Amino acid sequence: MVPLQSYLVLSAILFIIGAFGVVSRRNAIIVFMSIELMLNSVNLTLVAFSAYLGDVTGQILVFFVMTVAAAEAAVGLAIVIALFRRKRTVNLDEINILKW
Amino acid sequence: MDNAWNNTVTLESILFYGLAVVAIGSALLVVTRRSPVISALYLILNFFCLAGLYLTLHAQFIAVIQILVYAGAIMVLFVFVIMLLNLGDERWLREGMSYKKAIAVGLSAGLLTELIYILESAGSTMPPGNFGKATDLGTVESIGSQLFTVFLFPFEVTSILLLVAIVGALVLAKRKF
Repeated sequence: MVPLQSYLVLSAILFIIGAFGVVSRRNAIIVFMSIELMLNSVNLTLVAFSAYLGDVTGQILVFFVMTVAAAEAAVGLAIVIALFRRKRTVNLDEINILKW
Repeated sequence: MDNAWNNTVTLESILFYGLAVVAIGSALLVVTRRSPVISALYLILNFFCLAGLYLTLHAQFIAVIQILVYAGAIMVLFVFVIMLLNLGDERWLREGMSYKKAIAVGLSAGLLTELIYILESAGSTMPPGNFGKATDLGTVESIGSQLFTVFLFPFEVTSILLLVAIVGALVLAKRKF
């Protein structure tokens, strides 16, 4: 049987890759994809603990995380479209309308 | 009997490590490719690997939902938006500022070493796992019976959240401002 730590280390690596994408990329859509990567790595942690502890609650929490991720993707991409209409760019360095 | 058990153990670890390597590789390609379309395709590959990992953890329902919701619905949304905006290559985004990237690499490496150190040092306190029980844990029946009794209120709140997301996405994407 694969030990629980292997799943947790894999999930940590995926989370860090996602965090690196959020910090280093300037394309708003790729930043969104990196956030999805991070959400997925947390889901993997929850499912791993759920299976190893024999408790179904973790998998139900994953269900809710997926719902929130779907809502977040819909609203976030709508914001990207609205910003693109206004500024003609998805470069996060040029989107500074809340900053003066 | 003992031999058969050993065989399943090796099969399980081969599956885990194979899927883990592909998942990490595709995740790295997602954050390093310039074109958003290629990133999206590698992200779909990553989602399929995670669905396979959920299956190795006996979470069948979550694995199916992962493919339906993430690889199906959310990624179609992403690809639609990428093609709608017609972004093409990111080269004109002038990703200069290498010092920012250096800081990002340093912070990620530091955080990763911390996390792995913590996980390795917590080895003895981890639950050993009893997969005899876990096999019927991830079925639709066991998740549904919990979801519609203990977690009924959060489930209903989720529907309101989705309604708000639909209305919000329509308002944001429709109006010209």
